[in-house]
Amino acid sequence: MSTKNWPLWEVFVRSKNGLEHRHFGSLHAADAEMALENARDVYTRRNEGVSIWVVESKYITASNPEHNGEMFEPAQDKVYRHPTFYDLPDEVKHM
Amino acid sequence: MSEEQIKNLEEQFEARIARDEKIEPKDWMPEKYRQTHIRQISQHAHSEIVGMLPEGNWITRAPSLRRKVALLAKVQDEAGHGLYLYSACETLGISRDELYEQLHSGKAKYSSIFNYPTVTWADMGAIGWLVDGAAIINQVPLCNTSFGPYARAMVRVCKEESFHQRQGYEIMLKLCQGAPEQKEMAQDALNRWWWPSLMMFGPTDAESTHTEQSMKWKLKRKTNDELRQQFIDQTVPQAEILGLTIPDPDLKWNEERGSYDFGEINWDEFWQVVKGHGPMNKERMKARVGAWERGEWVRDAAMAHAEKQQERKEKQAV
Ligand SMILES: [Fe+2]
Ligand SMILES: [Fe+2]
Ligand SMILES: [Fe+2]
Repeated sequence: MSTKNWPLWEVFVRSKNGLEHRHFGSLHAADAEMALENARDVYTRRNEGVSIWVVESKYITASNPEHNGEMFEPAQDKVYRHPTFYDLPDEVKHM
Repeated sequence: MSEEQIKNLEEQFEARIARDEKIEPKDWMPEKYRQTHIRQISQHAHSEIVGMLPEGNWITRAPSLRRKVALLAKVQDEAGHGLYLYSACETLGISRDELYEQLHSGKAKYSSIFNYPTVTWADMGAIGWLVDGAAIINQVPLCNTSFGPYARAMVRVCKEESFHQRQGYEIMLKLCQGAPEQKEMAQDALNRWWWPSLMMFGPTDAESTHTEQSMKWKLKRKTNDELRQQFIDQTVPQAEILGLTIPDPDLKWNEERGSYDFGEINWDEFWQVVKGHGPMNKERMKARVGAWERGEWVRDAAMAHAEKQQERKEKQAV
């Protein structure tokens, strides 16, 4: 049995310039450098990326789906944040 | 939580899946859903990992550089598939170490097909064509399964599988266009891999447990027998193009069904291999566990190095 297990890392890949990094999956590695190398081999064997970010999973703070109510519902009744809320005559163009 | 509340949550949960919503790792889920998914995803991951062994056997003896780079890339993909799936499985709250422990102790199963030996180069052709072919049929419906991380891993896996099958079929094609001995070798491989490939779809519908639950959770969309029939119907014409004979005297086109009728599968053999008495079960586990144990000092050294680097960085920062 090994003394210590390699920690878990989350992998984010930019598929091409102009696009954001997107979460691709996770992997285990001893350190950041190894996480980058492993991410290249695991997630970009067919040119899926031009840039990789790795972050140790323990540093990610995630919202709890059980609190989705207080978290996201307040936005639901704010229809006035959307352009369709405002009644304008059809003659008004370019708006 | 009261029983009433749990029942309520379960109903909402099933309704979400019925509406085609995805379940994500931190969402509430019934314990049975979690356990079933851990079992299925880990079995799948183990199959990808153990599946490297029969083909790894031929990498150093591939007949040309072209075949060698292709086989190497295929086996590397299978390692990748195993890793995507292990990490999907870990989101359900089980650690990689526990998963390995289950595989190495024999507690977890992997696909029985990998307990057959690869005795000639033609087996690389037959595996890619038949085994990856059967895997694709099993796996494509999983791209729409209800558990988000599993579905996403499967999308990536399925994209990569079609190269596997094509490279295998091309190996068969070349052998069949070669000398009589080469064609014989291809036929021999088909003879040995045909029936085990049909067994990859699992027991008959009459024998198969928990199909209904799996259908609900979209772990399954078609039954074992339906998938097996689909495989046979699409593979027979491919064998004809190769000029090879499917080793089943009862195989016959059924005009009325629009499908092939086929002979009885040897289910005794299937259960024997599942229970650990296949030709290569012991060998596969020995190779896998051996690799894990021999790699221990490397894993430890990498960790020690990482810690030392970290300490050094912290000291410099002071
Ligand atoms: Fe695979
Ligand atoms: Fe697979
Ligand atoms: Fe494959």
